[in-house]
Amino acid sequence: MTTSNSAPAGDLTSQVLHKLSTQSPILSSEAFPAATFQDVKAALDRLGSRSMVTYETMEREEALLEPEAEQIAAHGSHEARVFEAVREAMEGLTIQELEQAIGDKTVTKLGQGKAFKEKWISKGKDGKLVATVRLIFLWGGDLICRAEPELTPYVSLLQADSIKDSTRAVLLQVKETKTGDAKALADLKKRKLIKLQKVVTFKIDKGPKFALEIEKEETDLTSDMLSSGSWKTAKFKPYNFRALGSDQNAGALHPLNKVRHEFRQIFFEMGFEEMPTNKFVETGFWNFDALFVPQQHPARDLQDTFYISDPKVADKPRPLVEGQNPEEYWNNVKEVHQDGKFGSIGYKYPWSADESLKLVLRTHTTSISTAMLYKLASQKGPDGRPPPARYFSIDRVFRNETVDATHLAEFHQVEGVIADYGLTLGGLMEFMEVFFGKMGITDLKFKPAYNPYTEPSMEIFSYHKGLGKLVEIGNSGMFRPEMLESMGLPKDMRVFGWGLSLERPTMIKYKISNIRELLGHKVDLGFIERNPAVRLEKE
Amino acid sequence: MPTIGVDKYKLFEALGQKFTTEEFEDLCFEFGIELDEDTENDERPLVNGEREPPQLKIEIPANRYDMLCFEGIALNLNVFRGRTDPPNFRVVEPKSAEQQTIVVKPETAQVRPLVAGAVLRGVKFDKDRYESFIALQDKLHANLARNRTLVSIGTHDLDTVQGPFTYEALPPRDIKFAPLNQTQEMTAEQLMTFYENDKHLGRFLHIIRDAPVYPVIYDANKVVCSLPPIINGDHSKITLDTTNVFIEITATDLTKLQIVTDIMVTMFSMYCAEPFTVEPVKIISEHNNLTRVTPSLEPRIALAEVDYLNSCTGLDKSPEELCKLLNRMAYVSKPSASDSNILEVAVPITRPDILHQCDIMEDLAVCYGFNNLPRTAPSRSATVGAPLMVNKLSDIVRVETAMAGWSEVMPLILCSHEENFGWLNRKDDGNTVIRLANPKTLEYQVVRTSLLPGLLKTIRENKGHSVPIKIFEVSDIGLKDESLERRARNERHFAAAWCGKTSGFEVVHGLLDRVMLMLRTPFLTEGASGDSSDGYWIEELNEDTFFPGHAAAIHLRLGGKQARIGEFGILHPSVLDKFDLRYPVSALEINLEVFL
Repeated sequence: MTTSNSAPAGDLTSQVLHKLSTQSPILSSEAFPAATFQDVKAALDRLGSRSMVTYETMEREEALLEPEAEQIAAHGSHEARVFEAVREAMEGLTIQELEQAIGDKTVTKLGQGKAFKEKWISKGKDGKLVATVRLIFLWGGDLICRAEPELTPYVSLLQADSIKDSTRAVLLQVKETKTGDAKALADLKKRKLIKLQKVVTFKIDKGPKFALEIEKEETDLTSDMLSSGSWKTAKFKPYNFRALGSDQNAGALHPLNKVRHEFRQIFFEMGFEEMPTNKFVETGFWNFDALFVPQQHPARDLQDTFYISDPKVADKPRPLVEGQNPEEYWNNVKEVHQDGKFGSIGYKYPWSADESLKLVLRTHTTSISTAMLYKLASQKGPDGRPPPARYFSIDRVFRNETVDATHLAEFHQVEGVIADYGLTLGGLMEFMEVFFGKMGITDLKFKPAYNPYTEPSMEIFSYHKGLGKLVEIGNSGMFRPEMLESMGLPKDMRVFGWGLSLERPTMIKYKISNIRELLGHKVDLGFIERNPAVRLEKE
Repeated sequence: MPTIGVDKYKLFEALGQKFTTEEFEDLCFEFGIELDEDTENDERPLVNGEREPPQLKIEIPANRYDMLCFEGIALNLNVFRGRTDPPNFRVVEPKSAEQQTIVVKPETAQVRPLVAGAVLRGVKFDKDRYESFIALQDKLHANLARNRTLVSIGTHDLDTVQGPFTYEALPPRDIKFAPLNQTQEMTAEQLMTFYENDKHLGRFLHIIRDAPVYPVIYDANKVVCSLPPIINGDHSKITLDTTNVFIEITATDLTKLQIVTDIMVTMFSMYCAEPFTVEPVKIISEHNNLTRVTPSLEPRIALAEVDYLNSCTGLDKSPEELCKLLNRMAYVSKPSASDSNILEVAVPITRPDILHQCDIMEDLAVCYGFNNLPRTAPSRSATVGAPLMVNKLSDIVRVETAMAGWSEVMPLILCSHEENFGWLNRKDDGNTVIRLANPKTLEYQVVRTSLLPGLLKTIRENKGHSVPIKIFEVSDIGLKDESLERRARNERHFAAAWCGKTSGFEVVHGLLDRVMLMLRTPFLTEGASGDSSDGYWIEELNEDTFFPGHAAAIHLRLGGKQARIGEFGILHPSVLDKFDLRYPVSALEINLEVFL
C-alpha cells in the first residue's frame, strides 16, 4: 500500500467520478487542491480515453512567497522589527545590542536603514538608537522628535501602533489569495519577495460515457483470450490512432550508398560493365600522363594532389593482358607530350619519366578508365578490332583540398565511358538525355568547356526549379586522340567519357548544404536511419 | 579557371550592343565562357572617390590565354558574332629606327636560359588600356607562367633606354639599380631582403634567391631594365605617356616563352599606330643555338579532315561551308587544292591550345552551336552490363547486415597515423601503411589499414544517439605491396561496431555468424583440429586492441586454403579512452576478398 500524501491515481479517478456525480463542472484546483499536476493529468487521461470525462486545461499565474517573504509575513518587515526592538528599550540601543535583540544580522542591517529612512528611529545624544515618536503637543500642532522622557508632561505620546507595516500586510494577503494587485505584485517580484508560477488547472465535465465505475478494458487481443474465448465479451480500450507505432529498431543503408545504388542500376540497365576501381594509389602515368595532362598542369601541384611518401616510386606500366607491350605505350605517351604524334603537335616540353613514376592518391577514377581502354586496345571483337564497350564506376577519389562546407579531401566520382566506332557529339548529348532522364532530369543544355583529356568537352546543365537557374550537373566529352591512339586504339574508335560527383546530386536531393553532414564520421546516425528511399525518377 | 573582370558598358560598347544580363549570359554559354557575376546591382567600391563602374566577371577556360584581358574577350566575341574579321597579326620592320637586339650571355644558362623580345610602336595608352596591360601580365604570370617560375614579362618605355640590350647573369652583389617605384638604388642582394616581406613580390624571390648568379637585362648604357623574374628597374617604367613599348620576356621553358610572347604582343598590338603590327627583336644567343628573331606571329597551317570534322559533329557540310563556319572562331581556312578531304586551317598565333584536328573539330561544334547539333543514337552497338564481383559481394554483406538491424556509415579513408595505430594499441611495422607526402592537416596522414578508426570516430560524433549504437561499413583499406606496379593495393573489408551499456560481445559474434551463414560458410566447432572441410572457426586472441579474454581471431578454410581473415572482441578500455568513448564497444573486422 502506498503511504504517499498525494492520492494514487487509481483513487483519484474514482474521486473525480464521484465528485462529478454531485457537481459538474468542477475545477481541479478546488476539488483536489492537494493532488499534484501529474496525478490529476494521469487520472483525467485515463478517464478521457474512455470518454467518461471531458476536460479543458486552464493556465493561470500564482504568486508564491519567497523564503524571505515568508519570514516577513510571520514576523513583520525588517524595519518594523528594528523599530519594535528599539522602542522596547526606552533607553535606546547600541547597534550591537540591537543585533542581539533581533538575532539576525541581515535583518538588523536592512531594517535599520529602512527605519531611518521612514524616520521611525534616530540617533540619540549618546549615539544610541532611539525610537522616534510623533508628539502631539497639548497646545496643538505636532512634531516628530525623540521620545525624551522629560517631555512627557507636555505631550501625549503615540507610540508603536502609530507605524504601519505595509509590506507585511501585503505579503499576508498574497499568501492567502496567491494573487494581488498587478502593480504591487510587480513591485514584490522586483524586491525578490515573491515568485510567479504558472499553474495548470483542469475544468472537468462529464463525458458521454460517464459512469461511476471504470469498466475493465483490454488493451490488446492475446492468445489467452483466443483460447478462453473471453475476447467475445471483453471490452477493448480504443486504440490511439493519432500516435506513431512502435520503433522498429531497423537497420539502414547509408543515403549516399542508396543514391549510388540508383546510379548503378541505371548503368546496368544501359549495358555498362563496372570497372575495377579498387585502387586508391595511382601512378603519375595513369592518373595524368596517359590522359595527356601535361606535367606542368596545375592539377599536378602539391596544392591539389596527394602525393605518396611511402611507398616511394612506382614501376613502369605492366601488360594488362598477355601480349601487350607497355614499353611502346610508355614511349608513345612520352612522344605525344614532348614532340607530338598521331596528328598532334604535342605540348613540346621535356617529359620526365620520374614525374610519371611518382605515386599519388588518384584524383579521379579516369585513371582506371584509361587502364580499361588500354586493355580494350588489345582485345579483338568478331571483326578483329577492339569491340565496342561501355564501362562505369562509382568510387572514392582524393583531392588535397582545404576542407569546407562544399569540399572534402575525399568524395565519390560517378564515371561512365562509351567506346564505339563513329560516335558523334550529338550521340553523347542524346545519351545524356536518356541517362539523366532516368533520374527525372530533363531539358539538358550543353556548354563548351575545357578539359585537358577530352576534346570536345561539354559541361552538362539542367534547369533547377528550386534554385531558379541552370545548374551544372556533370562534365563530359570525347577523349583526345592523343590519349587513345597512344594506347593503340584504332583512329576511328571514339570514346565518350563523363563524370559527376555522387555527393552533389545527393546534397541537392536531400537539401544538405554541408558535405560533412553526408560523408565522413561527423554524419548524424539519426539522418542515416530516417532517410527515405531514393527514387531519383520521382521529384 | 581564371576569372576576368571587365567594365560592363565598355565591353558592350566594344561589342556594339547593349545586352541584358540574360542575353549576355546566353552568348557566353554558347561560346563556352561563363558569366560569373554582373556587379550592376551590387554595392561597388569607391575608387578615388568615384563609384567603380559595373563589372562583368567572366570565367575563362584554362586553355584560352587569348581571352585573359578585355581586348581579347572583345575581339573573340566580335569575330564570333561576325562583327569583325579575324585580325591579321603581322611582324613589321621598324620604319625609322634600327631593329632592336638582345645579346644573350652564356652564364644565363645557369639560372634562366631563355629570352624573347618585341616592340610595340606608337601605342596610345589611356587609363583603361594601361590597367588592362598590367592586369594581363599578372594573369599570364599567375596561370601559364606558373607564378613566374616558367616565364616572366618585363615591359619598358623604349624611349628611356637604348639598344642593343644584353641578357646576362651576374653575382647578386654586382647588380645595382633602383627597382620599380623606388628611388633608392640597391644591389640585387639587398633587394632580396628589401622585398622579403612584400606580399606581392615576396612570393617570387625563391625562384632565383639561392642561385649563384641572377639574371639581368641591361641596355647599351648598362641601365638595368629588369631583374627577372622579380622586378623591373624604375628607370624604364611605362607611363600613360609611353608610346613605344619594349617587351622582354625571360623563361625556363621555350614553348611557354613563345606562347606568352605571342599573347602579350598580339593583345596590345591593336593599340599600335598601325593596328595588329609588332616590331621584331633579334635575339643573339650563339651558345645554345637559339639565335633568332622574335616574335614570328606566323599562323600555323593545320590540316583537318573534312570527313573527321563532319562525322564527329554529326554534320554533313561541304568543305566551303566548314571554312565559313570556322571563321567564327577566327580560323582562316580553305579547302586543300590537292585533297578534297583536307582543309588547310590557319591556326591564329593566339591559339596555342590547338594541338590536333580534334581541337578544330570542337571549335567547329562551337561555331555551329553545341545545342543545335543533330542528335543521333548514342552508339550503335549492344553491350552487356556487369557488376564488379567484389562490389557484388560487398552488396550482399551490406544488405544482410542492414537487414540484421545495423546502420551503414561512410567514414573517410584517410586518417591520422595515431588513429590507425597508437589509439588502437597497434604497432606500425613500416611495411603496411601508405603514407601521404603533403597533407594539409594531421587528419590525413595515412590511408587506413583498418575500418575501425572510422567506426569509432562515428560513434564518438554521435554521443547524442540512444544506445545501443550498431554500425557497420563495407569498404576498402589500403596496403603497401612492393610486388605491384603501383606498390600498393586495396583490400575490401567488412567491419561492425556495437556501443551500448553492456559490451555487446555476443551480438557482434552473432553478426559474424549471420554473415557467414549468408556466405554459405559453416561454423566448424572443432576448429583447426577437425576434418578439412570448408568453414570458419574462432580462437581466443590476445591482442592489445581488445579486452583480455574477450577477443577472437576468425579463421577460414576455403577450398583447402586456410587463413586468418579478421578478428572481433570487446575493445580495450584504453582504446575507448583514446577515442573518447564512455560506453563499452565490441567490434568485428574481416577481409571479404577471401570469399570472391
